[in-house]
Amino acid sequence: MIAFSWGMYKQYMRETVNTQLSHLQLHHPGFEEDHEVQYLLTNNISMMDYIRADDKIKAATARTVSTGMISSPTTATGVTINGIFPEEENKVTQLASRIVEGKYLDNEGRNPVLIGKKLATKLKVNLKNKIILTFQDTSGEIVAGAFRIAGIYQSKNTTLDEMNVYVRSADLSQLLKIENAVHEIAILLKDDSNLDVVKDKLKNKFPAVTVRTWKELAPELELVINSFNEYMYIFVGIILLALTFGIINTMLMAVLERIREIGMLMAIGMSRTRIFFMIMLETIYLALVGGPLGLLIGYFFISWTGKVGIDMSMYAEGLSAWGFSSIVYPELESGYYLPLTLMTVFTAVLSAIYPAIRALRLKPAEAIRKI
Amino acid sequence: MEVVIDAHNIAKVYNEKSIPVNAVNGVHLHIERGEFTALVGPSGSGKTTLLNIIGGLDHPSNGQVIINGTDITNMSDNKLINFRLNNIGFVFQSYNLIPVLTAKENIEFVMLLQKKSKKEREKRVFELLREVGLEDKINTRPSELSGGQQQRVAVARALASKPQFVLADEPTANLDSKSASVLLDIMARLNKEENMTFIFSTHDQRVIDKARRVITLVDGKVTSDEKR
Repeated sequence: MIAFSWGMYKQYMRETVNTQLSHLQLHHPGFEEDHEVQYLLTNNISMMDYIRADDKIKAATARTVSTGMISSPTTATGVTINGIFPEEENKVTQLASRIVEGKYLDNEGRNPVLIGKKLATKLKVNLKNKIILTFQDTSGEIVAGAFRIAGIYQSKNTTLDEMNVYVRSADLSQLLKIENAVHEIAILLKDDSNLDVVKDKLKNKFPAVTVRTWKELAPELELVINSFNEYMYIFVGIILLALTFGIINTMLMAVLERIREIGMLMAIGMSRTRIFFMIMLETIYLALVGGPLGLLIGYFFISWTGKVGIDMSMYAEGLSAWGFSSIVYPELESGYYLPLTLMTVFTAVLSAIYPAIRALRLKPAEAIRKI
Repeated sequence: MEVVIDAHNIAKVYNEKSIPVNAVNGVHLHIERGEFTALVGPSGSGKTTLLNIIGGLDHPSNGQVIINGTDITNMSDNKLINFRLNNIGFVFQSYNLIPVLTAKENIEFVMLLQKKSKKEREKRVFELLREVGLEDKINTRPSELSGGQQQRVAVARALASKPQFVLADEPTANLDSKSASVLLDIMARLNKEENMTFIFSTHDQRVIDKARRVITLVDGKVTSDEKR
């Protein structure tokens, strides 16, 4: 269960980093606060050249971003309009791979737009239909542009699908009256462990720019990682509580079905201390055999399901609303195995105390004659 | 003759707070070394209760029990366990062998509790198995032995600690005539050759016939004490 939830969260984090946030994002300091379109990164070309030259960086892309309304003939709703450089964007977020209808953005056609499947359903629009995007330009004027749906995408997070549309950066920049500037640079690293190193390097190089990691962009994800240990111990605590009852039951049965034997042992001269330790030792052996065996089975099961995945498509709708994949690949970091085993053995020993005390309370004369 | 068991005015009352039942009521008992005694009487006459009291498995409500000069009447449970280990051998109606241990291990177990050396234990085990005629069953588990053979292992186990006396509660009750006869012959021989004291509680006429002293209990009281 722990591997299942950890796998689920890890997938969610990987998915979020690889398809939405990227590892690092660069913004104008003002943009961070209220997402106003006038807060631009003006030296983006030289910044991008510097970023691309770093061998720790896998891919990087620039974006123009605006919030506005999307309207179809039947309804309208608020969205984030992402102006992207299609080829670079695809290297960072693999957006093209999520297209389920139509095609990805290219240089052909006038004002193409990609919208999420859930948004298309909500707006009651189809491929090649026209929609209107309305937003504020850099001078504060309300502008509107007609866009034609070139493609419909679907990610594992339907909430985000409903809130994001993608247009070409050039088309959006024109309407926003922006020239040679962007709002955002997203960077995907080759290795997550270089996150802080690259962040510091970029901060030193571009002190006037805000550099934020995915943990800062989505603090709830970092909270998930940091609080997982606490959750795990609460979760394990509940499991161990159930285990306690299981072991008490098992050992109590082992005592009750051997009342006559224990009575006989007391009669022939086995001390109560020895009987107490006999029952405790039985439990320890049981835990020492069962614990590692369960651990081994758990390890192989996690390894196997980690490769083939557990199909949760029955709950796909609910899971995708929260951004979770319907195929869960359980995983558990190796550091968790030892504390979990020790906790299990410790609980087993603790649970045996009550049955052992019950055995001590037996009176040999009565116990021997028990049927 | 040396007195092994000296019990004065023994009484045992069950359910003292609700409806009192006098299981044993004012019994005096003197057993000398080398006796082969049967406690007889109908069901509920107090045979097993008396046996438990003189065996230190239960405390009397009244009276005094002295075993080989030691007063065990008010001995603590822990001291009694140790006293039983070194002074009393038990044979139970249902054999009560440890099912996962072999015949040798079952006999050896008592000596392990006495912390006897391996050499001493092994010597005694072979000696006892020979005496009960089960040398060839040394590594056999109880489930592979007949009832009679299991009870013979139980007798060997009772003797393993070299006790002052052996208490046997209905030892032949679960045995067929042939097995009962073999068992009784073994116990009679041990009594005669090694001067081992045996006290039985029994209904079995075959045991009564072999006994050299028969004590009859009725309603917790001794109604006759016949020496043969």
